[in-house]
Amino acid sequence: MTRFSAGERVLVRDDYPPGHVRTPVYLRGKTGEVLRFFGEFDNAEVVSSGLKGPRKGVYKVRFRAVDLWDDYNGPARDAVEADIYEHWLEKIA
Amino acid sequence: MSGDHDHDHDHHGHDHDHDHPHAPPQPDDKVHSYYQILGVALKELLIEKGVVEAAEVRRQIERRDSITPANGSKVVAKAWTDPAFRARLFADGNSAVAELGFEMTTTKLVAVENTPSEHNVVVCTLCSCYPRDLLGLPPSWYKSRAYRARIVREPRAVLAEFGTRVPDDVAVRVHDSTADMRFLVVPMRPEGTQGLREDELAALVTRDSMVGVAVARAPER
Repeated sequence: MTRFSAGERVLVRDDYPPGHVRTPVYLRGKTGEVLRFFGEFDNAEVVSSGLKGPRKGVYKVRFRAVDLWDDYNGPARDAVEADIYEHWLEKIA
Repeated sequence: MSGDHDHDHDHHGHDHDHDHPHAPPQPDDKVHSYYQILGVALKELLIEKGVVEAAEVRRQIERRDSITPANGSKVVAKAWTDPAFRARLFADGNSAVAELGFEMTTTKLVAVENTPSEHNVVVCTLCSCYPRDLLGLPPSWYKSRAYRARIVREPRAVLAEFGTRVPDDVAVRVHDSTADMRFLVVPMRPEGTQGLREDELAALVTRDSMVGVAVARAPER
């Protein structure tokens, strides 16, 4: 059921489809670490159009601030954590 | 309201003697934005089509307005004093707050704990997701573009503007509420609170400390 496990490194798809997308632009194309699996949820991208579709796994992913911003002014342990739908995540080989 | 006026309030003409230059501004005198007008139009259409009733909309607004951060303060104070409850809160936030009578059903409540090595702060960069069912409506700054854009970009600077300086050996964790999870920060219990009752502890847990832009209030000495 879960495609990713805690501790795994993942890449957020660098994709810009139209519509109601819950993956913030500032995280697209960035790599992070899976912290936990939250379960399966309605896919907001589909539900927002009044449609039905399969539920999607949602993962809590931690992104180091220094990996997000080239000029980040703070300790390397600082991080942003976001909840990402599984179809936005790719394994890093 | 204006008890110092003795003129007749049953008429709205302006021919009588005023002791003030004009009527005080009314809250609904403001210009409504495009989206506010859209919201009103949508509500009126839904009522007209019989999808919802006006009383139902009013009841929901009243219910929303009755939810305050005091609910969250009780949750945090209990987590500080009851280790078993604290464990349940971190394992399953919704069930734990339901024990205290707080219903949260449409979103998943996730408690995150501040520790001597981690400081948590919550944002919704996409819109204004907030644990409304527990804390009520978010403060206006939480919805502002400035907060939403800057807290992920320069969290330490934003926290400092709120008067919260996080030492460099404490990691900042910014939780961006991008899906159906809603985050409650459990601040650290302040020093010198050993003898306090749960309700006295709850008074130290402010709204801002549960969003993570502040720490819990220190007890009065």
